[in-house]
Amino acid sequence: MMFRQRIKSSSYVFGSLAELLAKASPPRAGDRLAGLAAASAEENMAAKLALAEVPLTAILAEPLIPYEADEVTRLIVDTHDAAAFAPISAMTVAEFRDYLLSSEADSSALQRLARGITPEMAAAVCKLMRNQDLVLAARKCRVVTAFRNTIGLPGTMSVRLQPNHPTDDLEGIMASIADGLMYGAGDAVIGINPASDSTSRVRELLSMLDDLLARFQIPTQGCVLTHVTTAIELMQKGAPTDLVFQSIGGTEAANRAFGVSLDLLSEANEMARMLKRGSVGQNVMYFETGQGSALSADAHFGLDLQTCEARAYAVARTFEPLLVNSVVGFIGPEYLYDGKEILRAALEDHFCGKLMGLPMGVDVCYTNHAEADQNDMDTILTMLAAAGVTYVMGVPGADDVMLNYQSTSFHDALFVREAFGLKRAPEFEAWLAQMAITDATGRLLPVQPDHPLITDASLAEARRT
Amino acid sequence: MSRPPHDPWFFLANRTMARIARGRSGASLPTREVLAFDLAHALARDAVHARLDRAKLADALTRLNLRTVDVESQAVERAAYLRQPDAGRRLSEASAARLAAAASGRCDLAIMIGDGLSARAVDAHAAALMSALVPRAAQLKLTVGPVALAEGARVALGDVVGEALGARLCVVLIGERPGLSAADSLGVYLTWDPRPGRTDAERNCISNIRPDGLAPAIAAQKLIWLISAALGRQLTGVALKDESDAALSQATPDQLDQA
Repeated sequence: MMFRQRIKSSSYVFGSLAELLAKASPPRAGDRLAGLAAASAEENMAAKLALAEVPLTAILAEPLIPYEADEVTRLIVDTHDAAAFAPISAMTVAEFRDYLLSSEADSSALQRLARGITPEMAAAVCKLMRNQDLVLAARKCRVVTAFRNTIGLPGTMSVRLQPNHPTDDLEGIMASIADGLMYGAGDAVIGINPASDSTSRVRELLSMLDDLLARFQIPTQGCVLTHVTTAIELMQKGAPTDLVFQSIGGTEAANRAFGVSLDLLSEANEMARMLKRGSVGQNVMYFETGQGSALSADAHFGLDLQTCEARAYAVARTFEPLLVNSVVGFIGPEYLYDGKEILRAALEDHFCGKLMGLPMGVDVCYTNHAEADQNDMDTILTMLAAAGVTYVMGVPGADDVMLNYQSTSFHDALFVREAFGLKRAPEFEAWLAQMAITDATGRLLPVQPDHPLITDASLAEARRT
Repeated sequence: MSRPPHDPWFFLANRTMARIARGRSGASLPTREVLAFDLAHALARDAVHARLDRAKLADALTRLNLRTVDVESQAVERAAYLRQPDAGRRLSEASAARLAAAASGRCDLAIMIGDGLSARAVDAHAAALMSALVPRAAQLKLTVGPVALAEGARVALGDVVGEALGARLCVVLIGERPGLSAADSLGVYLTWDPRPGRTDAERNCISNIRPDGLAPAIAAQKLIWLISAALGRQLTGVALKDESDAALSQATPDQLDQA
């Protein structure tokens, strides 16, 4: 479909919906790198004005990548819920934005709508929304998931405890875990990015997590973020696997670059559910995404960064995951140049994920060659907390010594709890109080050097030998 | 008010470089920790934006009897360099001409020393690595082309340089992306039959070269091992496994010092 827009004496023509979406995107380095960005601020506005008038049904009718060529397109088309879509089926993109911000669109209305919203509709409306709109609309979306605790309840924010170590040293990792737990973090998951791909080392890490959670009856889940094929192999060998992790993208080709397909993800999901290791729920998948992954794999088919990213959420929601997060600033400045672009992307990813029904968290992060610093992360974290983000990362001192980037810290999570009064997952919050780590209101208590968790971590070496 | 202490589990901090047990002021990091973190970030930022001191490097290389030639990519400005990786993989027109004039037929080794993401790393460690490398290359009777000192360089700029110099192998010394724990890590990439279009899978890499990481003298030994192996097998990349550790473990400390 062609789209036209006149601004004063200039006439703009956009040859396809993909081109219109790309040129309507708020500016970012990755779209310029791909040659997809609007050439001027005026063209960017022309695209937004034209996009505002596009009916949602027209978006539904024009798959951005052909049905025959891409299994993610087939998934989007085949699983579209026409009944859920009905209340917004007569709307244009502009009207959809107005609706999302209206009081009529309350939590339960948005929940019923989720499966009727395709990634392209989410991406389209997102491009017409200001940062504050992305906060307000996302805040109304309720997505609750569960495994050994309940994540996403109103008034809560969870934290993934990320205790990475450059050589996967078990004592080093255990020291960071103890640190995180003593700071009240880890209710989303204790999730280790292994430095090594070795199956035997991943298995050791899984056993270490399993033993720890059992020893202290911690109501949370463990995960070693290894490739899904390694997870399948380990489950077959009986390794204690709570969650299956995988990085995913928004096109079949991007997923191929990650070494996965929908069938493979489905197989892993089934296998992990069969283990029935959850106590209060059976959401067993953990996905990471991020704008730019399809472009860096040369698998974007002329789609802009944000639209590709929203399509990854269609992949994610098929598997009813426990956790999904965008690793927003990890990819580097050629995709998201500075704090402003990373903030925008973080709010977009969180909004689109929530709107489509995902338990959306964000790894608020940056690398040292991006034009960003901790103050930018404070701004992003604060905006996301206002938007009701499901979870963020907890990295000791915000400095990931294995992946060499900066994320958010245990202290940052405490800042959010103080500033917004947000609680942890209730089961985990109760455990912290029982362990005398927090008081009844969730505030950290002063700790004694002989606290059982500290004694335990100091014994890690002895236990291993 | 007294300064907030470390947490009672600070004794665990010797097990990891991670910033654990740092204490808190209310919910927040103590002042000393905020300043320590910001200092590390400042060093990393300065490293990313520092300019390469090519005159100093040229002096050091001249003392090793090497010729040098200054080249630039198409992204000398840092903002362009960070936004357009491809521009850092192409030579400016003037540089291509300068390089063509400096070339003298074929050579075994082309060497490009580029700023990459940390000119600091190059300033600090490139000369030490080269002074360990050059005598060993001479022992192997390798011919070395003029050393290209490159601004705005990505690794693949070496493919263009190596091709222009008619080299069998290209060695790229380049500043790595600074981390908070180290802003001066040098990386070395070795590429057989360099020409544009080579992929990372066709290169061998030695990384984290700095006094507290892989010492420049040891890195030079690894590099010489890889160069010999690459010349023997006529390839680099995933098919060429780095087995230099076994060879190095037989060397005595004296030998390493001399390197």
